[in-house]
Amino acid sequence: MLDKSGDNDYMGRGTTGRRGDPGGRRVVARALTIGAATGAYGLSFGAVSTAAGLDLLQTVALSLVMFTGASQFAFVGAVAGGGNPLAAAATAVLVGARNGLYGLRLAPVVRARGPRRLLAAHLTIDESTAMALGARDEREARLAFSATGLAVFVLWNLATLLGALGARAIPDPGAFGLDAAAPAAFVALVGPRLRSTEVWVLALGGAAVALCAVPFTPAGVPILVAGAIAVAASASRGDAREPGGRP
Amino acid sequence: MMRWLAIMVGAAGCYALKLAGHSLPARVLEGRRVRRVAALLPVVVLVSLTATQTFSTGHHLGVDARAGGLAAAVVAQVLRAPFLAVVVVGVAATALLRLLA
Repeated sequence: MLDKSGDNDYMGRGTTGRRGDPGGRRVVARALTIGAATGAYGLSFGAVSTAAGLDLLQTVALSLVMFTGASQFAFVGAVAGGGNPLAAAATAVLVGARNGLYGLRLAPVVRARGPRRLLAAHLTIDESTAMALGARDEREARLAFSATGLAVFVLWNLATLLGALGARAIPDPGAFGLDAAAPAAFVALVGPRLRSTEVWVLALGGAAVALCAVPFTPAGVPILVAGAIAVAASASRGDAREPGGRP
Repeated sequence: MMRWLAIMVGAAGCYALKLAGHSLPARVLEGRRVRRVAALLPVVVLVSLTATQTFSTGHHLGVDARAGGLAAAVVAQVLRAPFLAVVVVGVAATALLRLLA
């Protein structure tokens, strides 16, 4: 949560993380739920990518090595639109820029070193970040990050393969409403963190600006514009209290 | 070949950004402003993603079945439904609206 932005001030340390504790089980269950939800979305990615003209290996490779859903969709969307493949790559990187900020936010919590950091970086996506930041303490945050990242990675890749293979069998994944799975999951993830008026205003303002930018900017840029405005607005109030009320 | 190159370049770029975030010195986050921004940004970006993934197709804005799905998911969330229920409600409402359309 936003009000737990410090590194050492988590409440409840020592009351969670015991063997078989309900908090840990709850976190893992939720991670699997998120994995299943994004896995369902992965089905549609595999199908959409195949429909966009990428072959099976290319589609599977995108999910394995890029592993950030919105960037992958942006990539295949740009390719399908007849765009230069390298421009599609640039679009994907733009869309993925937020993951760098997630990493910055997660590093003090996850505290991965050496090879583990290389793995942690790969698993840094919307879902694992949201789960880690929603945890009640640092230990739970690390579990939430790893469990969610791994669950999503396995199920996303499996689903991508299945979706690509079944692309002809599922001519329109949208007919099943799967394209609404990610936004609905984001609602469930972000809802509890929309606590203060400031967060509400910036989040809705950012969303409005992003939508206004959609017709005029390359795919992915609207999100960056919203993020930039949030940064500017938030930083300009840097002398005020932190979100959540820490003095 | 060009497409494979693009996949690798795009993936490398995305990964480099992730790794940079994990590798920058911790003092980057010590400043109160940076911490505020870093705490707020994921929320703003996720809400913006929710909006653009719901209300746009390519470069076109529009309200379609996905908006109904999002509204249903929001209602489920406000009613404190479990996580999976929120997702299922959003997906089912979208599919149902398309079926009826």
